[in-house]
Formats: sequence, structure tokens, C-alpha cells
Amino acid sequence: MRLEHLHLVHFKNHSGADVSLGPQVNCFLGDNGSGKTNVLDAVHYLCFCKSYFNPIDAQNIAHGEPFMLVQGDFDRLDTKERVSCGVQRGAKKQFKRNDKPYKRLAEHIGRFPAVMIAPDDAELIQGGSEMRRKWMDAVISQYDRTYLEALIDVNKALVQRNALLRYFAENRTFDAGLLAPWNARIAPKAAVIAKARRSFVDSFLPGFLATYEEISGGAEQVGLTLTTHVSEDSEAIEAKMLAAQDEDRRLRRTTVGVHKDDVVFTLGDHALKRFGSQGQQKSFLVALRLAQLSFIEEATGVKPILLLDDIFDKIDEKRVEALMKRVTNGTFGQVFITDTHLGRIPDMFAATGADVRVFEVQSGEVIPQTVDA
Amino acid sequence: MQFAPGLERLIDALRCLPGVGAKTAQRMAFHLLQRDREGGQRLAEAVAHALEHIGRCQRCRMFSEEALCGICQSSRRDGALLCVVESPADVLAIEQNTDYAGHYFVLLGRLSPIDGVGPDELGITDLVPRLDAGEVREIILATGSTVEGEATAQFLADLARERNVSVSRIAHGVPMGGELEYVDAGTLTQAFTGRTRL
Repeated sequence: MRLEHLHLVHFKNHSGADVSLGPQVNCFLGDNGSGKTNVLDAVHYLCFCKSYFNPIDAQNIAHGEPFMLVQGDFDRLDTKERVSCGVQRGAKKQFKRNDKPYKRLAEHIGRFPAVMIAPDDAELIQGGSEMRRKWMDAVISQYDRTYLEALIDVNKALVQRNALLRYFAENRTFDAGLLAPWNARIAPKAAVIAKARRSFVDSFLPGFLATYEEISGGAEQVGLTLTTHVSEDSEAIEAKMLAAQDEDRRLRRTTVGVHKDDVVFTLGDHALKRFGSQGQQKSFLVALRLAQLSFIEEATGVKPILLLDDIFDKIDEKRVEALMKRVTNGTFGQVFITDTHLGRIPDMFAATGADVRVFEVQSGEVIPQTVDA
Repeated sequence: MQFAPGLERLIDALRCLPGVGAKTAQRMAFHLLQRDREGGQRLAEAVAHALEHIGRCQRCRMFSEEALCGICQSSRRDGALLCVVESPADVLAIEQNTDYAGHYFVLLGRLSPIDGVGPDELGITDLVPRLDAGEVREIILATGSTVEGEATAQFLADLARERNVSVSRIAHGVPMGGELEYVDAGTLTQAFTGRTRL
């Protein structure tokens, strides 16, 4: 899959940009704050219906403007598709595919897969379990529609169940009969989620280990395990929820469920979070993202777009070069990459014969540059 | 610019209708005053009459001008069947489009703790005596297929089973005349889970 044309209006610092993109490597070069990352974020918008960086749509509208538009023309499995996202202040976001608005954004997720590697990724290792669940959810949702539906349902039901627990506490009352219907809603969907997460981790692991070895040169052994305290059986989950009722009542929230799952990253026998060096953590993240890309491609048959934001912040030049070789030999599809150095990336590609398009980004303007091949 | 105060009041009042914003309310008000004062009169009278005379049926909570609505009064309806719906509009939809001939119970909402809606708000205290009375043999749960609608159905099912009333849930799945490829994932999954034997 590739994005052929990108059209931005009042998106962040881009008042108006029209960019025709190349099929392989697209470099966006410019100083910090010029808006090069925003171009990548615009692609993220088209693939995931939202910004990678700021989940509040209205805050992605250029300051003082009433609306924004991000529109992309894709070539997906040899079919031209137009995706657009319009946000007006004070109104609901309009997300369209081929000029037809989606009734539910969930239907779009996964149709145009992409993988982003950004500097703030370290949160995935350092942050709370929520970050890693979100990561898992995002990957699985890109190929398993049932999973996303189950996830949405469980989250809605959990909000209601927790509201009920708070109501009980505030009014010094309790009625197990009122909790039961929410348990019954949550348990079967939680089973679907538990099963999908287990099989995801199982099939993701080998590819990830191989990618890590390739990037790190096989220096150390890494691992990735799913930790959960629920089984994959709906009735067992419901029974466990029932058993935890008193605890839930005391804490005023649901203590049992897939919303407590975590993924543990390890380095040797230790937690990567505490024992990994900066470099090891960065390599881990890059390997994770690249494995994610191949995994999604295998699961959906569509080659995801790779978005590399400030890649040199992550890994050294030599490894970037190795990475770029994989771009040119066809392991990856279309790549979007940002860098603050004007010459570095184009130079790297000069010898490979890849199709490289260079754009200079200056205070929201995207200017195509000619490269001497 | 200052409108006639009465005009502003009218525009403001019209905005209480769903889907009517400032602009539409203004158009409606101008239309009534400019072109159709008679229609406006009829509307005013109808609204006043309806508000004064239409209340809730004591048995099923449907809109009614009398203590019992037409359906609850009718001797031709099957008292052994009770269909539970979320809103009066659902009763209308079922009445106009199916040959269902039992009775109804209108919840006027669905369980939603976050909005402070519990069994009391849904009139469950009125429903329980009807199930206890023994006339109802089957309760048909026709609440929506949202998370809250399903939880409400689950809650009512438990309630009915405790009273030995048989419970059924309306089917969810592929719409009539519909093509499979256009059905969304959730509905299609449900259609497979709820498949029927031929």
C-alpha cells in the first residue's frame, strides 16, 4: 500500500500543503519545529483516524483557524482510494473513505495499516501497563475486527460497572444482582480478548526475536511475555469476577479482567525497564516496531506504511543504513522519514539506487527538492 | 437587532425539539407567522391538548390518554406474551411492522449507572408484580443491542427466570434482503452465533 498524494489544510502548522509522494522513500528535512513530524502525523491520522501525538482533534487545528482537513490518495492493492479527515471546531470529526463518511471509525482501523517509530516511544517500556496494552490493542485491531469490537464493548461495560460500584459506595448500599448483568456482558468479550492476545504474543514472538538479533548483532537475549490473571474461558472469568466482588466493592472499581493484562519485556533474566541501557532499549523498540510491521503485513496481506520520526535519535548511522537497505530490497513498502540534517539521509541512499524523494519543510511549507542521482 | 420579544420566545421554545438549532427554529417561527398562522394555531392547540391529556399507561408505561392504553385494554391481545422495549417509539415500530399481538412494557431508558439510571428509573417495580401474577408465560426482551441494552436484557432475564417465566431475546443479524458483504463485523459475528437450524 502506498500514499500517492497528501493534501493538508490548517493541520497544525501547515496552512495548506499539497505533496506528491514517491513509492519508496520520502524524506522530510528541516529544523526542529518546522513541521516535518506533522507530515508523518497527518499520515497517521489517515490510517488510524487520529493523531499519534495529540488525541484531542480540535487541538490539531492550526491556531486561530475554524477547521482542518487531512486528505490522502492511496493505492491499496491496486485500487485508488481517497481518505479524508475533516475536523471543525465544536463539531464531530468527519472521516470519509472515497467520499463516504464512516458511521463508526472502528470500521476504518486496519484497512490502511501503518507503523510509527517516534522518539517518545520509550514510554512503551518505561510507562505503565496501559501503554503496552494500548500497543497490543493497536496491533491486533489492525487485523482482527472482532477483537476491536470486543474491546470497545468491554471498555463501555467497565465504565458502567465501575460507576455502579461507586454508586454503591456513595450510597452505602449493595446489590449483587445489579452487578451480574455487567459481569455477563464483560466475561464473553474478555474471553475473546484474552484468546486473541495470547495467540498474538505467541505468533509475534519468533519474528520479533529474529529482528532484534539482526539489529543488535545477537549480543543479548530478549523476551516478551504476556501476563494476565484471567483465563480464556468466559464462564471462568465470570466466576472470578464474582469471587472478587467484595474486593471490587471495597476499591470501587473492577479488579479482575483483561484491563489488567500487561506485556513484560525482558533482557536476559531481567526486566528491560530497569536493567536495559538506553541503547538496548532503543534497539528493542525499533525491533518491536519492525516486527510489528512484518506481522501486520502477514496478517492482512497489505504492506504497511513505515513512519520513521527522528530515527537517528534512536539508532546509530550504521544501523540506519542497514535498515535502509531493507527498504530498498523490498522488505518494507513505502517509508516516510524525518531528519534535521539536510544531506545525511539522501547521501545514504545515493548508492542504493532507491527511489528517494526529498522535501524541505520550512515553517509549515513542504517544498520538493531535486536530488542528483 | 432586537426582535419582537414574543418572536424570540417562540424561536427559543422551538429549539427544545431534537435536531432543531437556532437557524431551523428561526425558519420555523417565520414560516408560522408569515405563511401559516392557522397551522401554528393547530400546532399550539395540539401541543397544549397533548400535554394536558396524554400521560402514561399504568400497566405498560406507554403514552395514553386513559389510565390504561389501547393495547392494555384490548381483549384481543395475548396476555401470556410480554415484550419489553426501551422507548415508546419501539412499541410503534413493532406495532406497525410485525404481527406481534401480545402486551408491552416500556422501560423509558436502559440501565446506565453512569447516568444514574437503575432499575427504579426503569419502572422495574411495576414490572415485577406482573411477572409474579402468573399470567405472563414468555417475556420477549427487545432492548437495543448496545452494551447497555444487552446488560438491561440480561438483568431482566435473571429477574424473569427467578419467577419461572420463560425468557427470549429478539434475534440480531443480517437484515432482510441484505448482502453479507455489507454487514459490519459485530453483526455478522452475532448472526453466526445466533444461526438457526433449518
